[in-house]
Order: sequence, then structure tokens, then C-alpha cells
Amino acid sequence: MAKLTIEDLRKIREQAKRSRNLREGEGTARITVHMGTCGIAAGAREVMDALLKAIDERDVRNVLVTTSGCAGLCSHEPMATVEYADSPPVKYVNLDGEKIVRILLEHAVEGNAVKEYAFAIGSEKMS
Amino acid sequence: MKELALHILDVAENSVRAGASCIEIIVEEDRISDKIVIEIRDDGSGMDDDTLSRVLDPFFTTKDVRRVGMGLSLFRRAAENTGGYLSIDSRQGSGTTVKAVFGHSHIDRQPMGDMASTVTSLLLSHGEIDIFYKHIIGSDEFVFDTRDIRSVLEDTPITSPEVIRFISTMIRERKTLE
Repeated sequence: MAKLTIEDLRKIREQAKRSRNLREGEGTARITVHMGTCGIAAGAREVMDALLKAIDERDVRNVLVTTSGCAGLCSHEPMATVEYADSPPVKYVNLDGEKIVRILLEHAVEGNAVKEYAFAIGSEKMS
Repeated sequence: MKELALHILDVAENSVRAGASCIEIIVEEDRISDKIVIEIRDDGSGMDDDTLSRVLDPFFTTKDVRRVGMGLSLFRRAAENTGGYLSIDSRQGSGTTVKAVFGHSHIDRQPMGDMASTVTSLLLSHGEIDIFYKHIIGSDEFVFDTRDIRSVLEDTPITSPEVIRFISTMIRERKTLE
């Protein structure tokens, strides 16, 4: 592969600016991947990678991705919480790269919770 | 943890929670001295002597959702399993440095793993934090600094998918901006 130049990064910046204008005001969902020690050890980073790859490849525009620490349910990691519009947050457990993509497309994009992967609906205290 | 890069992600998450604005990750792999040295330095709140003395105890944690704190204990065990060690230097108000030394050729040494993914995971969830990452392999040195990226990006967020993909390529292929 050719060298990466500052010029390449400038092009990326312009590209990002354009797609950002399209994204603006469309944030309807937030996915929080739990990244405590337990989450990371159970595979949370792979879940995060799969999620970002899918968002990028499918040009998903309404979803914000963030992380949190351990939620005290270490044996159910990797976990993620999805908040869609004004619906109560849904906590998903025992995730992997495939499950998170299904959750992204069905819940965060379409608004239909994936019940078979859900642990509970509602939120608990996070550190 | 399956990879050293995952330990690094875990320790760096501690730095984020300590309010760091810059995290430095320095990895040095040297086959001649047969060592891998990993240092994670932050400018966060640091710890007082009492906390510092208990931080490697797996039953000590600063959180209240559970009663164990495994991150640093696991990292130390991983280092010790390869004939190495872990040390922590911290002072309240002036940040923390975690240093782990591994035996390079030791059979129990975990693979380095995916540092690109560790750095982008950190950036995505904490886009305001600066990351300086230096990785030396023998005589080859690779340096990545979010401040260099930001100076080109102007007001475009570093967390934009296009930028993250670019950063990931930079780190994966050990390419600096020219």
C-alpha cells in the first residue's frame, strides 16, 4: 500500500464532513458496549469492532456508539445496552459479532428489540 | 485476557475514569533482551498512598456495582507468568504510570494482539482524550499521536467513521503521516 500522507487525511476530513452533514439531527438510537475488565475479557472489543464495521459498511446514520464500565453482571458479558428513541433501554447479554449486528439492524435502526438476546428492559445503576 | 492489547485497553479505561486528558501507551518488543515492556502513562487524578497500596489486591475496587477489581491483578499475573513483573507509580494529582515487563519468548506470554482495535475503541468512546502510542520492535519505531491527526482534522470529530477507519489502517500497517 502507498504511504499515508497528510493530504490523504485531508481528503478523509472532507469526506467525513459531507457524511456528517447528512447525519446531523438523525441520532435516534444509542448503543453502549460494556467495556469493563469482565467485558473486555469476554470479547467486548470484538463486539465493538463488528458493530463499527457494520455501521460503516451499511452506512447507518442514526446510531451513536459509546462504552461504559462493568454493570455488575460479569457472567453475562459481553453486554450492550440499546436506547431507541423514547423507549426504555434494553440490555443485551452474551453477545458476539453476529448478534450485535442483528441488534443494530433490527433494534437500533428499525426500533424492534431482539427479545431472544435481551436480558432485561430498563436501566440499573452504572459506575 | 487473550491479548496484551486487551490488558492495555483495560488499564487505559482506568486512566479515562481517573479523568486523564492524555494517555501514553509505549510498547517495546526486544528479542535481544528477550523482553516486552509495556508502559501506560496518564495525566489523571493519580492515587493516594493508601489506594496505591491496595490497587493490586483483587478484592479492592473503586466501584460499587461489585466487590472485586481484577484488571490490574490480571495484568500483573500475566506478566509474572512470563518471568516479568508489574509496577505502578502514582501520586495524587499528577497521574499514574503502569509498567509491565514480559518475557518475550516465554511460552505463557500472550500475543500482542490488535493494538489498532484497542486504540480505536478508546477513541470512539472517549473522543476528547488524546492518545500517544509508540511501538518499538527491535530497531523499528512507530509513533501515533491523535494531536497530529486533530491538527489536520480542524473541527471534524476524530470519531467520524471515516477517520477511525483511517487511524485503524495507520496503526495496522505501522504508517506515520508524511
